[in-house]
Order: sequence, then C-alpha cells, then structure tokens
Amino acid sequence: MKNRRDTGLIQNEPLIFEQGSEGRRGYSLPQWDIEEVEVNRLLPSHFLRKELEGFPQLSEMDVVRHFTRLSQWNYGVDNGFYPLGSCTMKYNPKINEEVARMKGFAHIHPYQPESLVQGILKLMVELGGFLSEITGMDQATLQPAAGAHGELTGMMMIRAALQARGEKRKRVLVPDTAHGTNCSTSTVASYQVVEIKSNERGVIPPRKIEELMDEEVAGIMVTNPNTLGFFEEHLAEIAEIVHRKGGFVYCDGANLNALMGIVKLGDLGVDMVHLNLHKTFSTPHGGGGPGSGPLAVKSELAPFLPVPVIEKEGETYRFNFDRPKSIGRIKAFYGNFGVALKAYAYIFSMGAEGLKRASEVAVLNANYLMKGLKGSFNLPYDRPCMHECVFTDRYQEKHHVSTLDIAKRLIDYGFHPPTIYFPLVVKGALMMEPTETEGKEELDRFIETMTAIAKEAEENPDLLRQAPTKVKVRRLDEVRAARKPKLRWSPNT
Amino acid sequence: MEDYLRYIPHTQKDVREMLEAVGVRSIEDLFGSIPKEQRLSKPLDLPGPLSEPDLIRHVQGLESPILTSFIGGGAYHHFIPAVVSHLASRSEFYTAYTPYQPEISQGTLQAIFEYQTLMCQLTGMEVSNASMYDGASSLAEAVLMAHRITGRKKILVSEAIHPEYRKVIQTYIDPEEQEVVLIPYLKKEGRTNEKALAQFLDQDVSAVIIQSPNFFGVIEDLKNIGEGVHKAGGLMIICFSEAIAYGILKPPGEMGVDIVAGEGQSLGIPLSFGGPYLGIFTTNEKFIRNMPGRLVGETVDLEGKRGFVLTLATREQHIRREKATSNICTNEGLCALMATVYLSCLGKKGLRELALMNLSKAEYAKKVASRIKGCRLTFSSPTFNEFVMEIEGDPENVLERLRREGIVGGLPLARFYPELNRHLLVTVTEMNTKEEMDRWANVLEKVLK
Amino acid sequence: MEFPEELLYSEDHEWVRDEANQVTIGITDYAQSQLKDIVYVDLPEIGSEYKKGESMGVVESVKTVADIFSPVTGNVLEKNLELKDHPEWVNTDPYGKGWLLRMELNEKEELKGLLSSKAYQGTLSEDS
Repeated sequence: MKNRRDTGLIQNEPLIFEQGSEGRRGYSLPQWDIEEVEVNRLLPSHFLRKELEGFPQLSEMDVVRHFTRLSQWNYGVDNGFYPLGSCTMKYNPKINEEVARMKGFAHIHPYQPESLVQGILKLMVELGGFLSEITGMDQATLQPAAGAHGELTGMMMIRAALQARGEKRKRVLVPDTAHGTNCSTSTVASYQVVEIKSNERGVIPPRKIEELMDEEVAGIMVTNPNTLGFFEEHLAEIAEIVHRKGGFVYCDGANLNALMGIVKLGDLGVDMVHLNLHKTFSTPHGGGGPGSGPLAVKSELAPFLPVPVIEKEGETYRFNFDRPKSIGRIKAFYGNFGVALKAYAYIFSMGAEGLKRASEVAVLNANYLMKGLKGSFNLPYDRPCMHECVFTDRYQEKHHVSTLDIAKRLIDYGFHPPTIYFPLVVKGALMMEPTETEGKEELDRFIETMTAIAKEAEENPDLLRQAPTKVKVRRLDEVRAARKPKLRWSPNT
Repeated sequence: MEDYLRYIPHTQKDVREMLEAVGVRSIEDLFGSIPKEQRLSKPLDLPGPLSEPDLIRHVQGLESPILTSFIGGGAYHHFIPAVVSHLASRSEFYTAYTPYQPEISQGTLQAIFEYQTLMCQLTGMEVSNASMYDGASSLAEAVLMAHRITGRKKILVSEAIHPEYRKVIQTYIDPEEQEVVLIPYLKKEGRTNEKALAQFLDQDVSAVIIQSPNFFGVIEDLKNIGEGVHKAGGLMIICFSEAIAYGILKPPGEMGVDIVAGEGQSLGIPLSFGGPYLGIFTTNEKFIRNMPGRLVGETVDLEGKRGFVLTLATREQHIRREKATSNICTNEGLCALMATVYLSCLGKKGLRELALMNLSKAEYAKKVASRIKGCRLTFSSPTFNEFVMEIEGDPENVLERLRREGIVGGLPLARFYPELNRHLLVTVTEMNTKEEMDRWANVLEKVLK
Repeated sequence: MEFPEELLYSEDHEWVRDEANQVTIGITDYAQSQLKDIVYVDLPEIGSEYKKGESMGVVESVKTVADIFSPVTGNVLEKNLELKDHPEWVNTDPYGKGWLLRMELNEKEELKGLLSSKAYQGTLSEDS
C-alpha cells in the first residue's frame, strides 16, 4: 500500500475494498462430502448473478489487522469515562458477555421445539417478572429490539386499547424535554404530538395537563426522571388527570437508573414503561446496538401485548399465539434474546440490594459532578438532580466558545464528551450522566479537566475551537458530507 | 453478600467525602424531590446477588441441548469463523455508543461505511442504511417508506413471504391509510402467483412485496414482475431471510427493484433464540431522503484527511422529531460489524462457494427424501437451501421420533399455513453433513413405513 | 444583515417579491444565518397548489430543518432547480441566486398581510 504514513499507534488503514489481491482467501468451508450440483443446469441463467463485484479478497490476518486497527480509533466505556447524558454508559460486565455466548443459548434456533427450550422460556418469563417488579407493572414483553421499538409497541397497544373501547383518539401529550423518539413514535403510531412546556423548575406542571387533556387525547408520554435530570414530582397527579379523561400514561424508562428500588413507576399511575436494557441493565451499546427495549404494562393493558406470550402451565412453559386482542407482532421471533440474557445475568449479579445501591450511587455521582462544576459552568436549573445534570455554555459564550468546542476539547484530555445540545429546552446544553460505575477519583479528574477547559476558554479560546488535535482525524466537514453524500465505496472513485 | 460491589467502586469513605462536598447528610437527602409517600418501604423482590461462579452455575441449568437440526425458516445455522466473534469482542467496538462524536468513533464509522458498501454490492442497490432491527421490521419500514413516496393505499404481499414478517407489516401499518392484499402462491410450484398479482395491479398500489428465496425456500422468478408494478406507478420491494443465497442469485438491484429489505443473521450472527439479528435495508439514490435509519458518509477533516461521519441526519428522530422518516434510534450496529467481518473473510469467492455448498446439500437432501416411501416433495420450483415436503403421518409424531434420535427433523408448517398440515419445511446448510442427512432419511424411512 | 426595502416579508422569515400577477419567494438573510450551512432544499412540484401558511417544502442544514411556509395562496409556477447542486446559494445570495420559487398570485390582498423591511426587522429584535 502506497504511503500509509502511520504514526505510532495511530495507524492508517484503507477500506477493505482498497486492499487484498485477486485469489486471496480468508475462509475455510466444511469438506464437500456430497457432489457439487451443476448450478447452470439446476437454475435458469436469469436467476444467477455474475461475480460479487467489488467484494474483498483478503487473508485472515488481513481481516484481523484491519478491524483491530479500526477498533483502536474508537472510544468505548472500557477506554474511559463516558458521561453521555440519558445514555447510561455504565460498565458492561464481562461475565454477561460470556453467558450470552454459552452454546446452549447462542446456538439455539428460535423454532427449536418448546420441549427442548424450557430453560430459555423460564428465563424469559423470569426476566419479564423481574422487570415488572422493578417498575411496579404486571406483565412484560421482551419483543421490542430497542427503546424506540418499545415506545412504538406501547403506543400501538394504547391505540388498540382505545379501539377496544370503541374510541379513536387523535393526540398525544409530550413534554418539551422529551427524547426525539417520543415524538416520532407518536407519529408512526398515527398520533399528533402536542408539546407541553415544562415549568421553571424543569418539570411538567399539572395545570397544563388539566388544560390540554380531553377525550381526544390518547395519553401522555413522560420520561421520569426527565432529561433535565429531575424527578417529575407531580407525576401521580398528572396520571390521575389523564386517567380521569380515559387516557393512558406512557413512561420512557431511559432514565430508570435513578429509581431502582427507590420508587416503582407503577405506584405513580404509570400504565406502561419500556426499559432500555442497554442502559440501565448494563448490556453494551455495541456502537449503536443491538439494544433491547422490553415493555412492562399494567394488567389492564396485558391483553394487547404482542404475540407470542410465554405462559406457564403446571411445570411446562409454552408460547401462546392465540391472543385475539394482541396488536400482533413487532419483530420476527421473540426479541433480542441474546441481549436480554445479559440483563438477566446482571440482575442476578446485583440483586435487589445491588440495584438500589446502583441507583443511589448514580444519583450521588451526578450531584457530586454538579457541585464540582457549578463554579465554572452555567447551571440553568440550580437544584439537586437525580442521575444526570445539565450545564450550558453561557459563561463561555462571551469568549466565543460554544458547547461543541468544550465537547471537542474534552476529547483532547482523553474523555468522551457529554451529550450536547440536548435537551432542546436548554440552549447550548451539556448533559452529563456519570453512572454508578465511575469512582470518585475519575469524577475528580473530570471535574479538574472541565475546570481547566473553562479557564482555557478565557485565556486561550483557540485551543477549544481547534480541538480535538490529538486524534486520528480532526473536526470533520459535515456540510460536505451532507451536500454531496458519498455513502459507499465504489471502484471508480 | 456484597458481591455486587465489584461494579460499584465507592468505599464508605468515598461516599462520606462526596456527601460532604455536595452538602447533604445522607444519600436519602438526595432523593428529597420524590414525595415521601411514593418511596418504596421494602426491598424489591428479586433473586441474588450472586457471585460469578454461582451465576454461571445458575444459568448453565437453563441451557438448551444442541441437536442435529434441519430447521431454518428465517434463522439459519451457519458456521461462524472464529475471527468474527474475536473481532466483535473488541470492547472498543462493543462498549462504544452510537458514533455521534466522529473524531473518536472512526472505527465504528469506517466499519459501517464498509458494511453499507457490502450491502449495496450484495443486493445490487445504490445505498444502504447502517442497519435495522431485523428482516421483519426492516420490511415493515420499507412498506411505510413506499407509502410516504407514493401516498397510495394498497400493498400487495405475497403469501409466500415469511408469515411472521407479514404479521409485522400488519402491525406497523395504519389500517386507515394502508391495506394489505395477499397474493396467493401457486400450489404446485410454490412460487407467487403472477397472474393473480397482475389482477390487483392498479393505481392504488403502493408496493408489491416478494420474498426470494421465499418462505418455502423457493427461488421466485422476478424477471417480469417489476415491470408491471412500475407501470402501475407502484414500488417493487424484495425481501429475503437467507442472505447467503445472494452468493449465487441475481441481486434484486439488477431487476429494477426499488427497495430491498432482508435479514442478515446468516452473515456471521449466532442464532441466539431469535435475536439480536440484522435488518438489511437498501434502496436507490433517488429515495435517500425518504429512507429510515442512520447513514454514514465519507468526508474530510480540517486537514483534508479522509474521515467518516453520520450524515443526512435531518431524516431522523433526534432532529426532525415528529416529522422523522422513522422512530428508529439504536439499531443493530454490532451485528452489522459482525456481518462486515464475516463477509470480509468469505470475500468474493467464499460467499459463492458457500452458497453453492448450501444449494448442493439441500439438493442431496431432496434426493434422499424423495426416495422415501410416504414422503413427497411438495413444490416443483427450484429452491435454495430449504424445501417443503409432505409426509404420510402426523408431523408432530414423526418429529418426536426423530427427536428421540437426536434430530430436530424439520419445521411443521400447519401453524403458518393450515392447508399444509402434513408438511415440513426442511433446511440444510453447510453444517449438515452427508452422514447426518443419511441418518435423518433413515429414521424417516423407518417411521413412515 | 440585509433586508432590501423593495421586498415584503413574512413572520416565518420568507421574503416575497411582488411581480404583478406572480411572486418570487425565498428565505431571508436572517433565516439563512440562523440555519447556517444549507445542504439541501426540498421544493414542491410545479403546478401544486398551496394556501397561505401551508408548508410547501423544507430547507435543511446539517442539523436543522426549517419548513418553507407559503406566504400567499396559489399555484407553484417555477422552482429554482439549480439549488439541487448549489444549496449554498441560499446562504451566499438569499435574495438573488438563492431564490426558491415563483408562485401565481390569486389574491393580491394577501400581500397586505406581509411586513415591510422595517417591520420585519422589528420582529427580529424581539425574537432575540
């Protein structure tokens, strides 16, 4: 390869399509113990493709080096502190990975007869039970593949439940602090979104709900704690208002990491809640999935759960597909079982006591961080937070330094930036969630770094605007990427 | 008892110091915003905490036995090269978040760019997204996209599409806006009935969906279908559940298809009792703005060096909120990486050879099955690595007898197609040896005698 | 920032040039500066009809999307096809090469509801 220009451990690595050689192979197949068919006789020629044009031809070590190098340009939780707000980047225990790879789980076909998968079915029923216990619900489905998928399942169930009452409603209430998925989910489920303004304390005012709630509104989607990191203190009252008008309360459980063993959402009048196993229950994010978004519901809504539902008859577990009120299926098979398995292992590792401790320490960490950064950064809502806290770039604005610059400068110091420019209600937001798995020393180091960056913003703002510099690539031209999209490699370019 | 503390580093001293710094007396005080009466008074009713060795012992008791298997139907037992799990186990990949900070996510981004390219090459299409949840939900999203583009109501869905995929479509659509019309399959050939399809093609048709190879393993003849659909102003959607077939089959893109939605589990992803899998979604450039899901694009950095970023994000939920093309956020990133590693190993020759081996083995199984008395191949059309056969006898009984010999002998179809109540879907991959197939046939022969 | 005197403005940050029986429409200098680098402009089909205030397309930058609201009622007569390859013209020349659409003008009265340059600038200072 010409001129790769590697520097130390930052090795340049071309695309897989730009290396290799005709005839090189990186695979081995089982022996041919039967005769190879003459494909041209068996299938008409218009069924057949020419060669796989452009496909790589590499040796096994070529492949290993390629992806190993790529991995080294990535930052994961195992590399360092990852304070992404609302993403709960906690440590991903290694034992969970091993459990998911056990042959008796990883190699089992979803259509394996029920009699041969009793342990797996038991595990799924148990996990649904644990999640219901943690959230104060009655029954759960593991079918949704991610949080947004759980939301969609929930909104479709609400639609079905209303239909069963002979009602069709048009709107859903969503607070201005909500995740973007809440709004788009409502739309996909054919509801119009009505935005609710949060109040000066950063929570939903019940008075607003009283005003907006009527027989045309299917329900409300809330996140608790919300994305400002505050407990929705009026949720019980809000739920009552919504219920009185026949609506349902959906809770986005993305921020459950603050509440385990402290509060049950079901006790506050929540009718259904999805859980992000890839946040609260320690399964890895995988660079963007796979996640798992089980949905736990109150018994009133259980008839509408997706099929199949696993039931226990005597000592035998079986799938029940015969559920006339069910919304149907939202995925083939039964959900991201391999991910659910890791969450199951995590719950066993932690126990009730450990989960409660996790929530307590997550909240302690966030408050410690908030206190430590308060002098250097603007805190728009100055009161104790739950598992995350939100700062802004207001103090740095006068030096023409923005949230983006602060985030990028953190990279130079070896940290992953917080969530930026979200929630939308806070201008120039920096949203930080430390999680319980970070110790005091790491938080101290982060606070020190952020304080130093605040100082740099005053004294040498260019350091921030130019950041990051100690990385494989500097700031990337996103405008160019969007104006002339190049979304694949092709041999001519 | 406090084994869980291996994941929470705080000593009592740390907690004390931190509380002091925050200015509160106890952790309790931090939860002051939660009304007292709402706080739990007793511990959650959960098992544990367990140590690692105890946990392993516990889950080992729940594992399933692994038998010789002839089932597929949307999930396939293929060999996964050791390289795949080793590379996907690099925690820089799997403990990273979605690559929103491109400067420290180039590994994930370049891998997705490579994935997108491979999917385009495999399906013959111009653009691919970064993945969807699975084949079924990917197909449902394709249906929603066709509706966004055409604004039309009817979706013509072949009855030979995976029944669970059809069910997912039904769940995803708004019945007031869209309607599914089932197109029957030819009872002798096992292919979609083209004539029946042609009768439904009119100005209301948003899309026609065909699966190939279809749920019966039959390779559909797509040559003439697309033209009619386009003439009527609708879109042609092709789906598949067995990606390996495209090692030899003509890619849908060469047949004028508009959207391809497929399942990528076969590309190096373990069975895992149904998930996580990989939703493949490819289309043509003119539809980019209507596409669901994330996209990675190539660009340059400040110094002119090549780099990759998430792009065209304005279609997505975090920006366009209620006007987004889909609500998808987290997708199946790591599974896409596994597929990329897998295809990099197999490469141009390997995928073709693997497809040929699957085809050849299935042909061998068909041959031995057709010689058994009381056993008949149902469909005459060419198949890839699975086929339907009818047996004289109750399928459940026959399967039970096979099970006693350590064989999961096929998938009974009665649950999906009531008219196929004596039929099995039999799947053969490179993992099934000749010896296994012979043994399967011997037991069948004995049982059916 | 410039807001030519001869143009009319909507509160949704469009400008309108009155050309007898038709109008030319674009987004204002303020709107383009708020959106920053524009990467894509989605314009309606020629011949499609819009009521005043309806969304007729979008202007996109990397991380924001803004609706284009029709400032008048009528049919779309012409659209700026060159923006497909040069969306940046909306940034560099919003009142010239960066124009978006021509529409027929059915109700001349509707123009009276639009703002003068000065009045429009007044709404901006309140905004920010």
